[in-house]
Amino acid sequence: MSVILEARNLVRDYHIPGGLLKKAKTVHALKGVSFSVEQGKTLAIVGESGCGKSTLGRILTLIDPATSGELLIEGKKIDIAKGDMTPEMRRKVQIVFQNPYGSLNPRQKIGDILMEPLVINTDTPADERRDRAMTMLKKVGLTELHFNRYPHMFSGGQRQRIAIARALMLNPKLLVLDEPVSALDLSVQAQVLNLLADLQDEFKLTYVFISHDLSVVRYIADDVMVMYFGEAVEYGSRDEVFADPKHSYTKTLFAATPRADVASIKARLAKKRAA
Amino acid sequence: MALLEIENLVVEFQTASGPFRAVNGVSMKVHEGEVLAIVGESGSGKSVSMLAAMGLLPWTAKVTADKLAFNGRDLLGMSANERRKIVGKDIAMIFQEPIASLNPCFTVGFQIEEVLRVHMGLDKAARRKRAIELFEAVGIPDPAERLNHYPHQMSGGQCQRVMIAIAIACNPKLLIADEPTTALDVTIQKQILDLLMKLQAEHKMGLIMITHNMGVVAETADRVVVQYKGRKMEEADVLTLFENPKSNYTRALLAALPDNATGDRLPTISELFVDEGAAQ
Repeated sequence: MSVILEARNLVRDYHIPGGLLKKAKTVHALKGVSFSVEQGKTLAIVGESGCGKSTLGRILTLIDPATSGELLIEGKKIDIAKGDMTPEMRRKVQIVFQNPYGSLNPRQKIGDILMEPLVINTDTPADERRDRAMTMLKKVGLTELHFNRYPHMFSGGQRQRIAIARALMLNPKLLVLDEPVSALDLSVQAQVLNLLADLQDEFKLTYVFISHDLSVVRYIADDVMVMYFGEAVEYGSRDEVFADPKHSYTKTLFAATPRADVASIKARLAKKRAA
Repeated sequence: MALLEIENLVVEFQTASGPFRAVNGVSMKVHEGEVLAIVGESGSGKSVSMLAAMGLLPWTAKVTADKLAFNGRDLLGMSANERRKIVGKDIAMIFQEPIASLNPCFTVGFQIEEVLRVHMGLDKAARRKRAIELFEAVGIPDPAERLNHYPHQMSGGQCQRVMIAIAIACNPKLLIADEPTTALDVTIQKQILDLLMKLQAEHKMGLIMITHNMGVVAETADRVVVQYKGRKMEEADVLTLFENPKSNYTRALLAALPDNATGDRLPTISELFVDEGAAQ
């Protein structure tokens, strides 16, 4: 299997300028993170708010440059700070955001939302753009009828399907999913997770799945990286990390995750009766 | 006697395309010292039914019920003035977004003392003392100092602690927590749930936990009501619900948990269950 994405010692600092009474300071959002993902696999990045997982997502999606460190996509070193990005390189990575209510333009029709990446990045003729948008709509479980509708006419799960369809329009190799199901209901979450699994099989997609929900991560991930204050405190295959968490933060995280199995309910009720 | 009794509650909203039934004939009881969880997806009417009980719905909502009583007193027949004396004092509520539910213009100290002034009529010194006590009870470090802070100076978890402190300020008999941990990280969620359970046990409060997270239900509830599209699908004690769910909807909901995934794909919930609800 070929390695699609490799990160070597990524660092990102944010400089906060000082004022009359305040000193300038530097926030170290990422403190040297390294990992690699093979084609068709899913890497899950877990951590709480403020741990740098979204900063990492922005670097991987080529929105923000890293302060130092190397980012390789399909073995090719990419540095957006240098400004030598070609449209072909941009096409390889796409992102799906957390909140489907905020990430779709309310004044654009679904068809236009899906065709926009093609208009911006390629010179596909109009009728072919339309055909490809229609095909993609069906791929994500919507119908041709939805083409001329506006985002407000859809439920949260359907909107997330549209956001996924938009991300796939340019046939990317790598999809960064920033908490794609945390705004969705349980039943809809299952549908979207299934859709992601189907699409991964069909297009040999590689996912970087950012999440704080460990039960979802255990279900979908091949590899897991746990982040804490900008550092990767734990990185390994899913089974390794879940069976034998090494770092104390990972252990805290596992202990804090509510369990929905009968045995733990029995244990809790017994403890309550004894008290 | 039950603390809160709801029988055949119906809530309708007037919309441009006719009345919309958000809650359709829901009945439930909460006893003293009991933790009742209401589970359901968005649009299942779980928040609306509790807002109806609190009397917090806008005037566009039409609330009818065969019985809506708190501690044996009829809530629907009572005047708005009388009702305000109960709501906030004997029944308190915690909302989902802690940062949005605090007033950004006032210090958290002012907001907690406001409750004590209105409902308990304490004087200034006594209010201050009680506020510090409450902040200590919910685990806010350095309470005297923290009272002078504004909500934006605190984290989400700290704001939720402030909300809990305000809710328990008058020793309510019933506490309604509407998705109290949905906006929080798992580690903070654990702390807040532990805190709620500790306070509930200490004060022998009735606690209604509204949530869509099955894990939270499993960790907190004594009894569970499952709602779907404004109807009650099932009511059972927590162990029975997880071990032996009766309704198909509950079974599908449990199967859709990624924890219980067996195969390659997760089973999904279809629209089938609307009819099942109508039959009950």
